Amino acid sequence: MAAISVHDVVKTYGSLRAVDGVSLEVGEGEFVGILGPNGAGKTTTLEIIEGLRRPDSGSVELLGEKVWPRNAGLLPRIGVQLQASSFFERLTAREQIHTFASLYSVPTAAADDWLERVGLVDKVDTRVEDLSGGQAQRLSIACALVHDPDVVFLDEPTAALDPQARRNLWDLLAGLNDSGRTVVLTTHYMDEAEVLCDRVAIMDAGRILQFDTPAALVRGLDSPTRITVAPGQLDVADARGLAGVSDADEAPDGVVLTTREPARVVATLAERDLLDGVRVQTGTLEDVFLSLTGREYRA
Amino acid sequence: MSAGRTSPFVALSRAIVLGFLRDKASVFFAIIFPLMFLVLFGGIFGSQGQSKVDLIQVGDVALVDELSPAARAAFDDTFEVSRLDDLDEAVEEVRKGDADVAIEMRGDVLVAHYTQTDPTKAAITQGALRAFVDGTNVAQSGQPPRFSLSTEQVEDDSLETIQYVTPGLLGWAVAMSAAFGAAATLQGWRQSKLMRRLQLAPVSTRTVVGARVAVTVGIALVQMAIFVGLGAAAFGLTLTGSWWMAIPLVVIGTLCFMSIGLLAGAITTTTEGAVNAANFMVLPMAFLSGSFFPLEGSPRWLQVVSQALPLRHLNDGMLDVMVRGQGPAAALLPMGILAAFAVVVTLVAARLFRWETS
Repeated sequence: MAAISVHDVVKTYGSLRAVDGVSLEVGEGEFVGILGPNGAGKTTTLEIIEGLRRPDSGSVELLGEKVWPRNAGLLPRIGVQLQASSFFERLTAREQIHTFASLYSVPTAAADDWLERVGLVDKVDTRVEDLSGGQAQRLSIACALVHDPDVVFLDEPTAALDPQARRNLWDLLAGLNDSGRTVVLTTHYMDEAEVLCDRVAIMDAGRILQFDTPAALVRGLDSPTRITVAPGQLDVADARGLAGVSDADEAPDGVVLTTREPARVVATLAERDLLDGVRVQTGTLEDVFLSLTGREYRA
Repeated sequence: MSAGRTSPFVALSRAIVLGFLRDKASVFFAIIFPLMFLVLFGGIFGSQGQSKVDLIQVGDVALVDELSPAARAAFDDTFEVSRLDDLDEAVEEVRKGDADVAIEMRGDVLVAHYTQTDPTKAAITQGALRAFVDGTNVAQSGQPPRFSLSTEQVEDDSLETIQYVTPGLLGWAVAMSAAFGAAATLQGWRQSKLMRRLQLAPVSTRTVVGARVAVTVGIALVQMAIFVGLGAAAFGLTLTGSWWMAIPLVVIGTLCFMSIGLLAGAITTTTEGAVNAANFMVLPMAFLSGSFFPLEGSPRWLQVVSQALPLRHLNDGMLDVMVRGQGPAAALLPMGILAAFAVVVTLVAARLFRWETS
């Protein structure tokens, strides 16, 4: 049984089709990312799946049950982290998570375990307003998981964090589906989706353009591989003549070869003993987005 | 406690209480600020209402010195007596306004040198002195007087300002903290998406609203205890028989003003805007509803207009049962009106409420 089953969901606000026919199947224990620029409809899609918003049409089933109207039986089985830091004002980290634990009738000891697991042990008596952005997100995630839900929704958990804090959070996020839990997160960071997610749904203008593993998305891209050879070892004209090379250009960091047969080119370079300092770049999710929408990806 | 479970209602209530107590501005405006007015009105203006006539007695004044103990007590209730031996000096004091009247004996005539600066006080002075002279004459004639006067006060103790201002200021304080609390919670929880978050937790709306209402009502009752306690301890507030009916009155008044706060929260898009809107509704209402000054002396139209304001009914109800000595039934009509306001305004607020602030 699929953990999440979304069928042709549409949501319009006035003339704006915020969600325009989204369908999605997520298996149990899967870690899925919804990737797209701001305004792509990620949050609205997520909130419809959570049961917060009623779609104009289409249906959503979570763990085999309808999410709309508010399904009280389902709520203890799902955990949510909303985009804003949804905290009770002026409570400490411990008071905060204890309050959420009580809402889910969970003993407060379980809440204390989560504080430890997200690395907030020395911040338990700090008020939420005084936590750093990263600490607040950790607390928010802990509050979403305090009742050990089967499905977790995280709406841009790393937004507005500096790169260091973002990477720190990845370690925590990566382990969330270890015990068979299903995780859905939205993000506008390509690298995040690539690192964390089993499958990525690329979303733009209310539609899911493609939904697959990051590797498959890039493979399907059919984009050439770029191989950069360190400067001073190969001239451009020579490079163009190499077997399998479709184009070559001079760049500040060396000569860039464009090829659709990277294995063959690398083998040739190896024969000529030119592999020192060589760099191989295949397509990225950014290239995928570019090829799907015809425009550059801007988060 | 760390391993225990707490019911959602208790946990929510505790979270809201802690949030309130740790917000110094909220505590200030709910408790300290209204108390400042109570101290101001009760302490400063309060002494004005019962101020006595300053009387300078020049030399020996047989009439005063020989008053019977009962008459002397009445005399001291009316006059603040000081003594001077020099008449010119005493008259100069009166002229400067440092005293209201100077009295001397010329043979059997009591001569009063008074000032007309304050005509009312001058009239009281003359009337009172005449009464004491007449009373002494009657007493000395040995004949029992044919007519006598018996006075019965309509209110329990209407003279004292504190009796009037305590219920009115309490009404304002309760209205303010209930409206601000509801407005700030609605907006704050919407802004932070905490309301959405709670929607996705297995707690009913009833539990969430119930906790918020319970905390606000609790705060209102604490306000009431502090007001009445301070008024009684420091300013001589005396409660009349059915004062306890003020408790249900305050509870329903709190609900009514929470609904006004919800309305303020529903029509605004930021927390600051919500609190300002609540203030905009409550503060003028406090003036027009007699929280700061008695409406009895105000123009007729104002008295009519104020009937449309819920705070007027809260104030009236509390005045009736707390200091005017009326029976418990006097609070019932105000309670009904406040409840009706609460229902109607809540429905309007619910219609105007939007989840999205943009």
